[in-house]
Amino acid sequence: MTTLTINGTTHELNVPDDMPLLWAIRDIVQLTGTKFGCGMALCGACTVHLDGEAIRSCTTTVGNADGGSITTIEAMSDDPVGQQVQNAWLDLGVAQCGYCQAGQIMSATALLKQNTNPSDAEIQDAMNGNICRCGTYNRIQHAIHYAADAVQEDT
Amino acid sequence: MTESNDSLMIANVSRRRFLGGMAGASALVLAARWDMALASDDEKKYGAAGMPGGWVDDPNVFIQIDPDGAVTIVNHRSEMGQGIRTSLVMVAADELGADWDRVAVQQARADQDRYGNQNTDGSRSMRHWYDPMRRAAASARMMLEQAAANEWGVPASECEAGVHEVSHKGSGRTLGFGELAEAARELDVPARSAIQLKPIDAHRYIGQEAGPVRGRDTNSIERPMAIDGEEIVEGSATFGADIQFDDMVHAVIARPPVLGAKVASVDDSEALNVSGVEKVVTLDTNSEPAGFKPMGGVAVIASNTWSAMQGRDALKIDWDTDSAGDNARYNTDEYRKSLEEAAQSPGKVIRSSGDIGHALGNAEQTLEAVYYMPHMAQAPMEPPVAVVRAKDGRAEAWAPVQHPRAAREGLAGVLGLDKEDVTVNVTLLGGGFGRKSKPDYILEAGLLAKEADGRPVKVQWSREDDVHHAYFHALSVDRLEGALDADGKATGWRHRTLSPSITSLFQEDPEHKGGFELGMGFNTMPFDIPAIQLENPEAASHARIGWFRSVYNLPHAFAIQSFAAEMAEAAGKDHRDYLLELLGPARQINPRDFGDKWNYDEDPSVYTIDIGRMRNVIEKVTAEADWGRDMPEGRGLGLAFHHSFQSYTAIVIDAEVGDDGSVTIHNADIAFDCGFQVNPERIRSQLEGACVMGIGIALHSEITFREGRVQENNFHQFNVPRMEHAPKQVRTHLVNNDPDLPMGGVGEPGLPPVAPAVCNAIYAATGKRIRQLPVADQLAG
Ligand code: FES
Ligand code: FES
Repeated sequence: MTTLTINGTTHELNVPDDMPLLWAIRDIVQLTGTKFGCGMALCGACTVHLDGEAIRSCTTTVGNADGGSITTIEAMSDDPVGQQVQNAWLDLGVAQCGYCQAGQIMSATALLKQNTNPSDAEIQDAMNGNICRCGTYNRIQHAIHYAADAVQEDT
Repeated sequence: MTESNDSLMIANVSRRRFLGGMAGASALVLAARWDMALASDDEKKYGAAGMPGGWVDDPNVFIQIDPDGAVTIVNHRSEMGQGIRTSLVMVAADELGADWDRVAVQQARADQDRYGNQNTDGSRSMRHWYDPMRRAAASARMMLEQAAANEWGVPASECEAGVHEVSHKGSGRTLGFGELAEAARELDVPARSAIQLKPIDAHRYIGQEAGPVRGRDTNSIERPMAIDGEEIVEGSATFGADIQFDDMVHAVIARPPVLGAKVASVDDSEALNVSGVEKVVTLDTNSEPAGFKPMGGVAVIASNTWSAMQGRDALKIDWDTDSAGDNARYNTDEYRKSLEEAAQSPGKVIRSSGDIGHALGNAEQTLEAVYYMPHMAQAPMEPPVAVVRAKDGRAEAWAPVQHPRAAREGLAGVLGLDKEDVTVNVTLLGGGFGRKSKPDYILEAGLLAKEADGRPVKVQWSREDDVHHAYFHALSVDRLEGALDADGKATGWRHRTLSPSITSLFQEDPEHKGGFELGMGFNTMPFDIPAIQLENPEAASHARIGWFRSVYNLPHAFAIQSFAAEMAEAAGKDHRDYLLELLGPARQINPRDFGDKWNYDEDPSVYTIDIGRMRNVIEKVTAEADWGRDMPEGRGLGLAFHHSFQSYTAIVIDAEVGDDGSVTIHNADIAFDCGFQVNPERIRSQLEGACVMGIGIALHSEITFREGRVQENNFHQFNVPRMEHAPKQVRTHLVNNDPDLPMGGVGEPGLPPVAPAVCNAIYAATGKRIRQLPVADQLAG
């Protein structure tokens, strides 16, 4: 038995310790906002927060996350920074197909929690691991600045 | 493109049940459609009318109004990021007069008899459906007005629909759409000739860059209209991968590493020991041509995806590659050399004017260049995935699919059912780019559904599966020769294009490109040069070749737009000026005059090759990018344009090449003319995305084969653009927003000119001419 706390809810899961967190979240807990894109920490589609850090859930095992606090895209509407990021995404029309965007939003939110006013270079550093095959990068960059302004106004 | 025209159009037509009939179709009668566009079989049909399933403009099929005023609009085209679920609904909502906040969209199932053509490719959705959708919504609006007129006992001409209500001009009385819905449903649909469309300037959504915010609490009052926007940012949008059922089982498949290889033997003992693994199933390898058929292999069915993947890793499979024939020896390095050699000799003549031999033999200056574009995988962010349940003589599928009809009919085939017993639900697509036009992955789920005792089966492709078993963009060799006179004026142009054809999916050894492939910027080459010879030597196919966003426009534009820049250089002239000289004066050319019988299936008298519009986008983009300005050391501007999918694109790229050979794209200016713009904001987003994808094609995307096996595995080897590769700034300049111009496509035409513009910019920055894609490390050292 593994105990995972996801978005504040505790789940007792009977899965092997080496199962990637991604598949436990998607197939077992059935929270499908977190996406599979590569399985090798190459694309960022599976990004979640583990104790506040952005991590790739496809290469983090359930065993590694045991006892930790996991946050997924489904909880971002309740997060003051996550909410501003979501609003920025909507105001700037960032998403195309949308498949990568949960991971993008999770990476962007983690960035803004650590750095409320990131430069272009810092944004690129934080986001370069998140692939968007639709090519929404320019809007993501703008939206992070836009959300940063909103977060600063909030505080 | 691959579908034959259906000869008889049958559709559900009812005179009596409107604005409410979507759920209950009981009273519908079958009637032959009488539409003029479909009247004669001999007459060539163009546009939507020429597509299988044709078009439908019955409001009963697309629009439902509930008594509480909720409006539901059916969208029957697949959403893969182009925004069609928003844009077509904007059209219907606007023409109806619906309040955006009270409009919902319902995604149509696969049913071309009911909805008309659903094959979402070829940049056709808005081009083909703007008119029928407007007519459907205008009919519904007129019926609401008539219902109000009846209620008030006044002439319908005194009743006018405003926003979600109808008012009486004389008395100011109003009735809401919901209050009128039931009465309206009893009325006849207006004759098509009586339909009154709103004047363009009365539209509230069409043509707007932003619209009212729906739902969510926010500081903004306006933002881009996006039907699925909130669900996407909240993680609740349902893609194919997100379909869940409590009794669902999960499958992954070890597919033949070489196209056509068979399973010789399999040892599944260890796989069956993996916890969660239920069953191992060997699937037959289908004979070529590959079509949309599953590839075969060995499937592992398990209680979750991870167990299935581990089970697959534990399989010991011996593959028999003899059955794959030549495919097992496919080596892209050697194949490329063989095409380059073949490019030295004449090929099938596709277009010829003037005397090319004379032009090349008597030129003041000649030049020659051979260009290469490799195989690529579409690699949509959501790898192929599908869920199918087969039970009690029926099947139901949930899948991200661009071509719902092919999925439905293919499933009926593999399951031995009538298509009426197969339901295909179309989910959101996590990207498509042509990959999801081929439903092989859905048919795999169909085959495995037979093994699952009535439970739904999800087939999940890994990224490696997707990279290994894409329907690859065809690699291409293009050889160009040019002749210049003493003034640098072009006097001769010979272009030989060689690459395997997509028709190899459906027939053995087609050897030559098909008409629709040549029509993608090859035989429609627009330059006004006295001697032109276009040839297509033979090229065989040894892998699954398929549509990739903008398809053969990619190599054709890369070669032609690079070579035009090389000719300008040889002539000692400015590239922009030289392009305008090559194009000659504004005029319209009938594509048939160039031997293009395809023309994206549009009427050649309406959709011409418009040189004026080409000149216009070139002039616009160079003005916006301040073409000709001095650039810092190591930095240059590159220009390219291309006409495809009935739209016109020109782009200027501002690129810098570092000492280490790395390329930084500072700016991209894009001028785009698709005629009338329904959703300019989504047009811009498509151009921005195409620009990024094109930069990847230029700089680093490549699939190679050795011994018939794809050498790349995942995103560390098949490189696609990341944020660092995107332009620091993209500016889109939309021109010719004219409702009288025939509407062009949007999803694809932004892509072809990007790679040549990047390479032309690299040349301007460094003097190094890139003729082989991707650039990769060619600029290093
Ligand atoms: S799926 Fe985890 S990084 Fe790609
Ligand atoms: S929006 Fe489609 S992959 Fe990013």
